[in-house]
Amino acid sequence: MREISYRQALNEAMQEEMQRDPNVFLVGEEVAEYNGAYKVSQGLLEKFGPSRVLDTPISEAGFAGLAIGAAMAGLRPIVEFMTFSFSLVAFDQVVNNAPNMLTMSGGQFHIPIVFRGPNGPAHQLGATHSHATEPLFANAPGLKIAAPATPRDAKGLLKTAIRDDNPVLVLESELLYNTSGMVEEPESELLIPLGKGEVKRSGTDLTLICYAQTVHMAMSAAEYMATQGISVEVLDLRSIKPLDLDLIFRSVSRTHRCVIAEQDRPFCGIGAEIAYRIQKELFDSLDAPVLRVAQEEVPMPYNEKLESAVLPSEEKILQAVTQACYL
Amino acid sequence: MPATLPTEKDQLKATRPVDELDLLYRMLLIRRFEERASQAYQQQKIGGFCHLYIGQEAVAVGAVAAARDDDYIITAYRDHGHAIARGTSLNACMAELYGKTTGCSRGLGGSMHYFDRANHMYGGHAIVGGHLPLATGLAFASKYRGEDCCTLCFFGDGAINQGAFHEALNLAALWKLPVVFVCENNLFGMGTHVERAASVKELTNRAKGYDMPSMIFNGMDVRQVQEGLRTVLDAIRRRPHPYFVEARTYRYRGHSMSDPATYRTKEELEKNKEEDPIARLKSELLSEGKIDEAKFQELDREAKRLSTEAVRFAEESPEPALESLHDNTFVSGANS
Repeated sequence: MREISYRQALNEAMQEEMQRDPNVFLVGEEVAEYNGAYKVSQGLLEKFGPSRVLDTPISEAGFAGLAIGAAMAGLRPIVEFMTFSFSLVAFDQVVNNAPNMLTMSGGQFHIPIVFRGPNGPAHQLGATHSHATEPLFANAPGLKIAAPATPRDAKGLLKTAIRDDNPVLVLESELLYNTSGMVEEPESELLIPLGKGEVKRSGTDLTLICYAQTVHMAMSAAEYMATQGISVEVLDLRSIKPLDLDLIFRSVSRTHRCVIAEQDRPFCGIGAEIAYRIQKELFDSLDAPVLRVAQEEVPMPYNEKLESAVLPSEEKILQAVTQACYL
Repeated sequence: MPATLPTEKDQLKATRPVDELDLLYRMLLIRRFEERASQAYQQQKIGGFCHLYIGQEAVAVGAVAAARDDDYIITAYRDHGHAIARGTSLNACMAELYGKTTGCSRGLGGSMHYFDRANHMYGGHAIVGGHLPLATGLAFASKYRGEDCCTLCFFGDGAINQGAFHEALNLAALWKLPVVFVCENNLFGMGTHVERAASVKELTNRAKGYDMPSMIFNGMDVRQVQEGLRTVLDAIRRRPHPYFVEARTYRYRGHSMSDPATYRTKEELEKNKEEDPIARLKSELLSEGKIDEAKFQELDREAKRLSTEAVRFAEESPEPALESLHDNTFVSGANS
């Protein structure tokens, strides 16, 4: 194990998979000569050359669709969206062409493709650049969605996504690119399965479900609650689809209380689905309503103070945990 | 019967038309198939949308005849003709309209989503313009692997105002991808005349905007389409680059089965029918002594017989099992 950044972890994942399989290539805006808008693809052009690391024009629908077509013909593209806010320009390709092809063709054409890039609000980027797109894509059958919170998960999930024969979205986070964590040496193959969450901290009084940006807030909220005599179990979903319902049900059936901390908007958000599943499966074992901490239901304001009022935070999580514990 | 005439049994194996008689026969197959499909639709045996290709047969048949078996064919939702031209059996085509498991997309795609991997038919795609980027991807894959196959991408005049069209043409030209964009200009995007939709008088100006070579074909003349496309494909195989083709054609029926086509006059329709691609090739072959009336009738009878047989086949074929509902959302297992 060694400590590397989330950015480096993603870079290693792509490098290893491109080395392993000549059909894997990377395409997107500024991924080659510029080394990536967020430097995630640093050095890949030099290593693999311009036929496998391709700068595109600013043309999301064009290059996303090109990659899907290439996948129909047997290649395994990685598409970088400079941010998933820009994936909206390619929405038809990502939700209509990629996940529908297998069904529409009666099973004749599968689409092994990865769409990756930063997702969710970063810092003062305003309404158009701050979209947490996960609920939009989670509503499209045929897409898998990973949302790693740590460098280890980022690497392991991206490698698995590249090898998956279905379209997979890897939703990264701009605010996490610089964070670091322990990751296995490159020599040991790190593959983390899609659809498997992780218990980040064991607890007995309440289950706190989180993913991506909210994991770090959740962990420090849990730490604080421990000092108040409340034992919080933190579950990092790691994948939004498939959703690790077993893990969720096992935990909540023991703790009887649950708070979901999500980075998206509340209406029809990821937490709404999870809360529904929990009440349906565990109605009798709940001691309190399932609570959610999400963004406020407004287009993202630029102003820093207002922005932080919109976003989920450790304070908001603590408040929800306290409420769910009837303290 | 000519030696090349495919029998029902081996239709799936026969790919593109191989000689002039076969060009005629393929066009007849498409027309008679769609006439039967139209009847079945009116009898409410077929659901959803059904867009007929009747009148435009020369474009798909001529273009596919110019292509190789390993070239990629991809098209929009008016896709019956392209599949049949490519060699998909009438049985599989009709069964798809009936939503049966024996359909070319196992009954899961319907009229607008014909796929036939074995015959390199990469789909009917139903969002206007949305498949043009896919076509650049097929062409990209050929270039990536150093193969000399080409992609033929068909779409209507309605698609040329979509963003995806422009993005696809730009990428194809920028990266010199081996793809032919075949614009089947039938003058109408649904009920809107091309002159009310496109800012350019000449559609090929769209291609000029991307420094892409272009050509205009008479899309009612199957020989011209075939010969023209052959020249284009030869050039692309020698040096990969994209090409834009406008095939001027006309659809006899409405946009879909529910469209009475009141936006055009009877006179206009009748005038265009005088250019009928089947009648044209027939009269050319007659005057060249390559067929006689009896031979034509024989081909036509066979096309009608196969179309009728396709209806029977579709009606007798099984529905997909309810238990199979979730079988095609994800392909199982990772390729690791």
